[in-house]
Amino acid sequence: MNVPYQIGAPGFQDPVAQSQATFRHLMDAIAHPALPRAFTSRTASCGPLSANATAVLLTLVDQDTPLWLDQALASSDEVRNFVAFHCGAPLVTDPSRAAFAFFADAQAMSPLTRFALGEPDYPDRSTTIVAQVDCFSSEGPGFSGPGVSGTRRFGFIPAPADFSSQWALNSAGFPLGLDIFLIGSTELAALPRSLRLTEV
Amino acid sequence: MYVAVKGGEKAIDNAHQLLASERRGNPAVPEISTDQIREQMTLAVARVMAEGSLYAPDLAALAIKQARGDLIEAIFLLRAFRTTLPRFGESMPVNTAAMQVRRRVSAVFKDIPGGQVLGPTFDYTHRLLDPRLGQSGDPAPPPRAEGAAPFEAPHVLGLLDREGLIERAPAGPDAGEAQDITRTPLSFPADRQTRLQTLARGDEGFLLALAYSTQRGYGRTHPFAGEIRVGEAELYFMAPELGFEVPLGEIVLTECEMVNQFQGGADEAPRFTRGYGCVFGQSERKAMSMALVDRSLRAAELGESAGAPAQDEEFVMSHCDNVQATGFVEHLKLPHYVDFQAELALVRQLRREWRDAREAPVESTTTRPSKGEAAQ
Amino acid sequence: MSDFPSYNFAYLDEQTKRMIRRSILKAIATPGYQVPFASREMPMPYGWGTGGVQVTAAILGRDDVLKVIDQGADDTTNAVSIRKFFEKTSGVRTTTSTPEASIIQTRHRIPEAPLREGQVLVYQVPIPEPLRFLEPRETETRRMHALEDYGVMHVKLYEDISRHGHIATSYAYPVKVAGRYVMDPSPTPKFDNPKMNDCPALQLFGAGREKRIYAVPPYTSVISLDFEDHPFERTKFDNVCALCGSTNTFLDEVVMNDEGARMYVCSDTDYCEQHRGDRKETGA
Repeated sequence: MNVPYQIGAPGFQDPVAQSQATFRHLMDAIAHPALPRAFTSRTASCGPLSANATAVLLTLVDQDTPLWLDQALASSDEVRNFVAFHCGAPLVTDPSRAAFAFFADAQAMSPLTRFALGEPDYPDRSTTIVAQVDCFSSEGPGFSGPGVSGTRRFGFIPAPADFSSQWALNSAGFPLGLDIFLIGSTELAALPRSLRLTEV
Repeated sequence: MYVAVKGGEKAIDNAHQLLASERRGNPAVPEISTDQIREQMTLAVARVMAEGSLYAPDLAALAIKQARGDLIEAIFLLRAFRTTLPRFGESMPVNTAAMQVRRRVSAVFKDIPGGQVLGPTFDYTHRLLDPRLGQSGDPAPPPRAEGAAPFEAPHVLGLLDREGLIERAPAGPDAGEAQDITRTPLSFPADRQTRLQTLARGDEGFLLALAYSTQRGYGRTHPFAGEIRVGEAELYFMAPELGFEVPLGEIVLTECEMVNQFQGGADEAPRFTRGYGCVFGQSERKAMSMALVDRSLRAAELGESAGAPAQDEEFVMSHCDNVQATGFVEHLKLPHYVDFQAELALVRQLRREWRDAREAPVESTTTRPSKGEAAQ
Repeated sequence: MSDFPSYNFAYLDEQTKRMIRRSILKAIATPGYQVPFASREMPMPYGWGTGGVQVTAAILGRDDVLKVIDQGADDTTNAVSIRKFFEKTSGVRTTTSTPEASIIQTRHRIPEAPLREGQVLVYQVPIPEPLRFLEPRETETRRMHALEDYGVMHVKLYEDISRHGHIATSYAYPVKVAGRYVMDPSPTPKFDNPKMNDCPALQLFGAGREKRIYAVPPYTSVISLDFEDHPFERTKFDNVCALCGSTNTFLDEVVMNDEGARMYVCSDTDYCEQHRGDRKETGA
């Protein structure tokens, strides 16, 4: 579904129900890590930001959450206007100050350590990454941790070439670290910092 | 026969009806109006607005009526309403120096520019019950100075500041930088503006007792009442889309600035320090208590030894909110029978074991450490 | 007089829900860690379930089926009051049946019927900090969690053992979550602790007055603290439920008369009713 974006166009048609539904998908995803779940938002896309990623943006981001955008998103006037109009989030260029970081291209995520990883007394003061992906696969590396019964194989495309080592570093810092939501066009999945790589 | 706590729903409905009827009292007596409360119970309204953190005299009056005069309950009602209101932004800092002063006293100078203004105060009344108030009848109109024009009343502490005798009042946070304690959870250590916000909505009685304790030696601060002023202050809002400040109206405030001793140190000449209090409405007791506690909480910042309750930031800030306090104290009324059952089973077990241990032969008791309890 | 606004679905405004939702996601990613959140004043008193209510309000959707229990029972006054609150502000369907519910808000109990994947159990929490009664200062307890320094807790439990011969904590018995954070399970009896371990449902904890949210994801290890030579023991009842005959449930002791006659009944009223029905059907 690709509706041309107009200035002042509504974000959610039914903000209460749509943000709740989107949130429940995100909550289910992070409670069951590395497990893609069906998700298709009725929201319009916004320039390089897909419909599903737009829904996540509207659900989580507001004036209280400094937002960092990757090159493709930051250079889109459509996206910047949309963020200003619908979320009111302050845009930051310093990744370590971001509450959320959005990537149009998941391949550009590395290095993860440039984002906020939280503080020992407050590990929640970390960046959450939301990255658009093309698709998921069950042939990636094995993961285990809270929310995973046993081990689960999981991969996503496109992924940074060094993602496994990036992730190993991230989860080794637990409880510090960042959490990632991967947003496809019909599915989404989450990688919380508690998720460990068991086999590559 | 087993009678469970069934029919909770019906019981709750009935209780609400009973409550409404108790609130109304004897129907032969005319019902009190919220206008009467707002106009004649102004200090109660002020307290509810101050601790409810919402300047709304009509709603505060309604809350007092609904709460049957229980002010903490009324504060709670106002807070629960306040939390549902959209937040448009922050007002500009209030310029209290430009306030229309109703009352203004300083204990540190005999006379001050602008003058001492006694205003409406209980201070020099004799506390004798006045039987005439039992009957209706309007009091005589207060005397008014002929042709009295609004006058300038600069802050008294400014006089000390000009000589460098007192620390500078720190600049407030810039627009958009003030942390709203109702939007951001407290974390410790807190900064002074966060402490002041917390104290401003803190329980008057709790702050009064803490302030009193500092006067009695638990974290003494050697205070003088530099200035207490009550009056109307204009409130402005910076509308970014308009680019200028829009007046929102007037609010009544009580402001207190305490002057406190400070020894100075190797790097700093001795000078006075400040404690600050500011609340909605006329409430000098609260503003003064707040100023004393504010100064006490600065002990660490000023390098003073800190061990008294009023100097303990976590203790004061975690316990000064009466809506939180009353909720948690009163929650003990809720059923706790599951935990009590678990405790019951445990105490029975501990008593059984204690008896068994006492009755057991001497050898087996020697394996345990015992204190003065001779095995019989 | 000002106009009164009509309240949003499930009472909370959308900005508040977003803030709580963000905290919930963080909480799930850091199992057992207490995430600070900007808890709001709610129309019920602090200490009466405001944390649980805020969590439920933030996750609740129109298709959910909500169950509310207090002391294991659906008909206790506070459970009734909270259930009515959500009926009025959200219009969602409510139930007393544990298997039927998608969200269960609870105070002091975990239902007896096993929970399933997809369900969310929301706990009301009075004091979220398991170390609070050993160290009253938040600055100190935060440090202890950061350093994973739980020595004081072990000392406390060991003092119990030296005095009583075993650990004398019957409710709010501390647990370790996913091998990292020591967590207060809320004042549930320790009888319920084993149900938290490897539970298929998501467990969310809301402490309104203390402004904390924490979580146990599904399939997560939740281990009650103990010692090798003094392993955790679940409370055992010598009695059976006088109404349904259950022998493996948490029982309330009901005083029958002045002479001290007592009977024991299931604290989980829904389980008790189901179990009575099952017995009838099988002709027991």
